[in-house]
Amino acid sequence: MVVRTAMAEAAGLDRGVPGATAPVVTGIGVAAPNGLGTGPWWRATLAGERAIAPITRFNADSYPARMAGEVRDFDPSEHLPSRLIPQTDHMTRLALAASAEAFADAGVDTSALPEYAAGVVTSASAGGFEFGQRELQALWSKGSRHVSAYQSFAWFYAVNTGQISIRHGLRGPSGVLVTGEAGGLDAVAQARRRLRGDAELMLTGGVDGSLCPWGWTALLSSGRLSTSDDPEHAYLPFSADARGHVVGEGGALLVLEAPESARARGARAYGALSGYAATFDPAPGAGGEPGLRYAIEQALDEADVTPDQVGVVFADACGVPDDDRAEADAISGVFGSRGVPVTAPKTLTGRLCAGGASLDLAAALLSVHEGVLPPTADVGRQAEGICLDLVTGTPRYGRVDVALVLARGQGGFNAAAVVRAADL
Amino acid sequence: MPIMALTELMRILRDCAGQDESVDFEGDIADVPFEELGYDSLALLQAAGMAEREHNVRLEDEAVATATTPRELLATINQSMAVESL
Repeated sequence: MVVRTAMAEAAGLDRGVPGATAPVVTGIGVAAPNGLGTGPWWRATLAGERAIAPITRFNADSYPARMAGEVRDFDPSEHLPSRLIPQTDHMTRLALAASAEAFADAGVDTSALPEYAAGVVTSASAGGFEFGQRELQALWSKGSRHVSAYQSFAWFYAVNTGQISIRHGLRGPSGVLVTGEAGGLDAVAQARRRLRGDAELMLTGGVDGSLCPWGWTALLSSGRLSTSDDPEHAYLPFSADARGHVVGEGGALLVLEAPESARARGARAYGALSGYAATFDPAPGAGGEPGLRYAIEQALDEADVTPDQVGVVFADACGVPDDDRAEADAISGVFGSRGVPVTAPKTLTGRLCAGGASLDLAAALLSVHEGVLPPTADVGRQAEGICLDLVTGTPRYGRVDVALVLARGQGGFNAAAVVRAADL
Repeated sequence: MPIMALTELMRILRDCAGQDESVDFEGDIADVPFEELGYDSLALLQAAGMAEREHNVRLEDEAVATATTPRELLATINQSMAVESL
């Protein structure tokens, strides 16, 4: 399995093929704090149902941040064969449920695919940390004979790709990307790259999460988590009251395939991935503009669309004042002040690590497919210097031809993806 | 001399590694290869670990790895238990 970085993209080595050959998404599987499964999640998202709440997965009383978006009421035995339960972390179980949903939604019988025709590319941030912490505690407190044999892979950041590949018999080109929160887009772009080669169909995206003391401690080290105990005010991106973000778990997995193969099997497409770009910010202290605007311009350019054709931007929405301003500047720099509707449905779920941008991509696809913009939770007054047309409170209905999804990983990773309506 | 029965071994396997829904565990499975029962080498390592902890014996990883059926694994475990009890 290969860990890819966005370097090839940044070096401009990977120019896309615009227009009719852009790959299409034919299946969506979702595990989100405000809904398990695409239907329940999308309904909750349009209704503005917030799932940010005090952490229940472990006792977080003594930690500075105590809010999260947890996927609750998930019974693994309803989604997984019993043999997979002892060997999987919670987030891998969520990923397996989402992958099965995506294939069923796409109408793909994976057992009927040629052995090497389909692959898996997922994004990850940590791995199966809840599982890993339990086994490390067994090692320290009881000794090596008490450590699960499945620890050998269950903690590993590539585990979701491996388990999905085994479960569905997908032996084509596969991999995993670790690019922070940008990973949810970067993985899909890597899957797109694989479709230009031998693969006929790819399962891609990210379902992530590490809501356990070990994972939480790592997340806290970013210094960007909100320490508010008020679920309604803990995560207020672009707001004058922004104070960091809330982290959650979950994400989305997508079935991505060439339009001709989707057409040949009579599939329905939610939309096409018609543009993508990844950039790095300048090195700290080097000065210069952050790379997000350039990523937006490159992605639009590849998709062959102009800014006025874009009907909505799904923002990264970091919730940290400086990052919010940088993103608002990039958006306004391309689209003008209040020049495009901007939304951040992640205000309902928290940021889902490497799964969040994949969930935004799913939302963008449904936006163009159904002609509706999901709302952002009310963030109050926008911070000084930020002037966005933020979709808040209720959805906006109307035709959406093109949607843009933005994602940034901590440390300067930027990614932008463009989805368009697709007629097969 | 302590003896582990097939039913206990299968219970340990189920606890450690689940159960393939397509296999009839009530049938005569002592000589059915682990592969057909849906248990891979990690499942056997996991089960051996639990047998070790429950019966306070030590099993050699290699001996566990060479067992291909429940009967063979049971023989390995019972031999170790007999040695330990001497």
